[in-house]
Amino acid sequence: MWGILRQKVGGATCLSPQGVGSHMLRLRPVTSALRNYSSAAKEMTVRDALNSALDEEMAADPNVFVMGEEVGEYQGAYKITKGLLDKYGPERVVDTPITEAGFAGIGVGSAYHGLRPVIEFMTFNFSMQAIDHIINSAAKSNYMSAGQINVPIVFRGPNGPAAGVGAQHSQCYAAWYGSVPGLKVLVPYSSEDARGLLKAAIRDPDPVVFLENELLYGESFPVSAEALDSSFCLPIGKAKIEREGKDITITAFSKMVGYALKAAEILKKEGISAEVINLRSIRPLDRATINVSVRKTNRLLTVEEGFPQHGVGAEICASVVEDSFGYLDAPVERIAGADVPTPYAANLERMAFPQIEDIVRAAKRACYRSGTMVATA
Amino acid sequence: MFGSINHTSSVTNSLFSRQFLHPPLQDHAGIKPFFGGRRSHTATSFSNDVDQLPTEAPLQQELNFPGGKVKFMPKRIFTSGSNEERTNCYRVLNENGELIVDSDSLKISKELGVKMYKDMVTLQVMDTIFYEAQRQGRVSFYLTTIGEEAINIASAAALDNNDFVFPQYREPGVLLWRGFTLQEFANQLFGNKYDYGKGRQMPIHYGSKKHNYVTVSSTVATQIPQAVGAAYSMKMQKQDSCTITYFGDGGSSTGDFHAGLNFSAVMEVPVIFFCRNNGWAISTPISDQFRSDGIVVRGKAYGVPSIRVDGNDALAIYSAVYEARKMAIEKQTPVLIEALTYRAGHHSTSDDSTKYRPVDEIEWWRDDQNPVKWFKTWIENKGWWSDQAESEQRSSVRKQLSQAIQAAERVEKPPVADMFNDVYDVPPKNLNEQEVILRENIKKHAQEYPSNVAV
Repeated sequence: MWGILRQKVGGATCLSPQGVGSHMLRLRPVTSALRNYSSAAKEMTVRDALNSALDEEMAADPNVFVMGEEVGEYQGAYKITKGLLDKYGPERVVDTPITEAGFAGIGVGSAYHGLRPVIEFMTFNFSMQAIDHIINSAAKSNYMSAGQINVPIVFRGPNGPAAGVGAQHSQCYAAWYGSVPGLKVLVPYSSEDARGLLKAAIRDPDPVVFLENELLYGESFPVSAEALDSSFCLPIGKAKIEREGKDITITAFSKMVGYALKAAEILKKEGISAEVINLRSIRPLDRATINVSVRKTNRLLTVEEGFPQHGVGAEICASVVEDSFGYLDAPVERIAGADVPTPYAANLERMAFPQIEDIVRAAKRACYRSGTMVATA
Repeated sequence: MFGSINHTSSVTNSLFSRQFLHPPLQDHAGIKPFFGGRRSHTATSFSNDVDQLPTEAPLQQELNFPGGKVKFMPKRIFTSGSNEERTNCYRVLNENGELIVDSDSLKISKELGVKMYKDMVTLQVMDTIFYEAQRQGRVSFYLTTIGEEAINIASAAALDNNDFVFPQYREPGVLLWRGFTLQEFANQLFGNKYDYGKGRQMPIHYGSKKHNYVTVSSTVATQIPQAVGAAYSMKMQKQDSCTITYFGDGGSSTGDFHAGLNFSAVMEVPVIFFCRNNGWAISTPISDQFRSDGIVVRGKAYGVPSIRVDGNDALAIYSAVYEARKMAIEKQTPVLIEALTYRAGHHSTSDDSTKYRPVDEIEWWRDDQNPVKWFKTWIENKGWWSDQAESEQRSSVRKQLSQAIQAAERVEKPPVADMFNDVYDVPPKNLNEQEVILRENIKKHAQEYPSNVAV
């Protein structure tokens, strides 16, 4: 009974292999496992979830420090690091000059020597300035040095589109970073995800790219008592079934999880039971969970905001074709952002990213309920 | 209210040279200019006009801008982009092996001096023989340090073994000084199973945790901000050590150089930036690399104390690095050292520098300005070295090298398992699966796989 529940209900139990210091494996009793969002739930915004996770990890380990533009005096460009400067001082909350390449390199160097930096990019669009350090100085170092240099660093910040910020501030980097061996890439959706995955990322001995979403910062989610505990962390590499279903599997990450859940509600009224998977982790990708789900539903729809070519959906499709081809009853549907630099005008921007209707339409196509092949509005 | 007015002896009757002191500032970030309604000292010719102005502002001689007080001047002067005279270069040993000034450089014991010389010779011989090995096809790539032996050995000698070294790639001498053996060098070049890098990297990408020498990374100048970060870590942990990072004239053009130096001054960390200005970045001469007077002048631009030294003078380098290290740790400050020298060899075995520079220029630097030769003259004059010791040292090193190469060549390559580990701390499932599949494949088609790879 316990084993089945664990598998179906997914990741709230901490299966992290790290076991740092006094953090022990926490097993949740069966009853509370049934309620992912416990009824005694507190509500917490994603912003507060991230802030509290940073605060707790900095309190627990004096080697953890935060570095980035505006993280200190300004309390963080998006207020994620609010209050940390006052509490921990300027040596552990470092405001940097404007040079992503510089502070990413400095963060990596400090990690080489034993500190545990959390580097904030104001948006991951700016991480392109530092991408050489992320990949060549951080991701590959453990391998190139044959285990002599490990890099326990976290690169975090908002990723993907926000609202009306134009082409140079709207790109999604999940596919780019997800392709690099040596990196771990995490994509939280809810507040529990944000807390559990950020804590796991900070404790992880490998470099982690932590892709947040600006529009989710202000969104509130219920959090269980367990998630509020300072030792809480989520396993890296496990996806979560947000909603069970039997007709079609929808994979999504970050803000699109919310859209997929809304689409699932609409589909339910039309008699289609959709299973929504919150990926939580782009690398390692939880191929097992995705394939088990597709073998059950026989149909797959992938959703992402990033550009379609070489995207996350392409990888998931290939994985399912490799592992579960015989189980597919329909071609895999792939919903992604439009293949254009993001326009600014609100109507154009809306057309450049998947909307709930697009997800519904694609799900119906996969269930052979719709004749049209055209995806966008 | 204004504070006291200072009349210095240099004050003339010109209106513009009046000195007004601002009142003491409470908030350094605020600008507190003088305004309105104050009595002021003016030159007689203007006094009437000033008295008649409705809102009179006394004339400011300086202003407390963000960043500090700045004096004004009426002359429109552009600072020239270049100095007529280049920054002087610190040198204590001339090319005859004589100390120019006895007292300034540090006293070096016989033991230290002889070890320095022996290691310089070893480095020189090692470079020659490994280069040959590449030419013979035994090693795929090599990069020599010819002409920069003094930089390598003397700088290493002035450091402590706990100081972290962030090399570019032309500094194997630092590792040699710290005890890396010829066999260990050879193992890395051949990428065999004893290579500390487990055969993961090209030749000359040495690294050794136990020697505090960070693995060489091909990307140019990325080690500069990394060294600053590691120095920050040392500062936070209050360690009695510093980091040193080496780079060339070419590396100084990168964004990482700018960010690294700028940050290091702001963060006040114990890091030594050692620039090997050897005149060439592959085929790019420094006239195409920058138009400043080398790299030493840039230190001032970032607020980093700097010095230019003769890169062929082992004693000057030793002395400068010794002092820089002391400064860096005691005052928690970065220091910039520019060593002027010449890259007497080709950039690497993939380069033939006679294609872009004159052969006689190369030969002059290699033979006449040879740092090994000069240092030899000095220790010979001290009575610490002889021709016999010289020939013994050279032949001993040659013999060790040839044995090391033969041994390294014969050793097996790293096992297949080493392809999949160290990507992450704990190997992920997909890599474990791939390894199993690969092993099955090797077993099934053994004849298609090389026989000298352990499974």
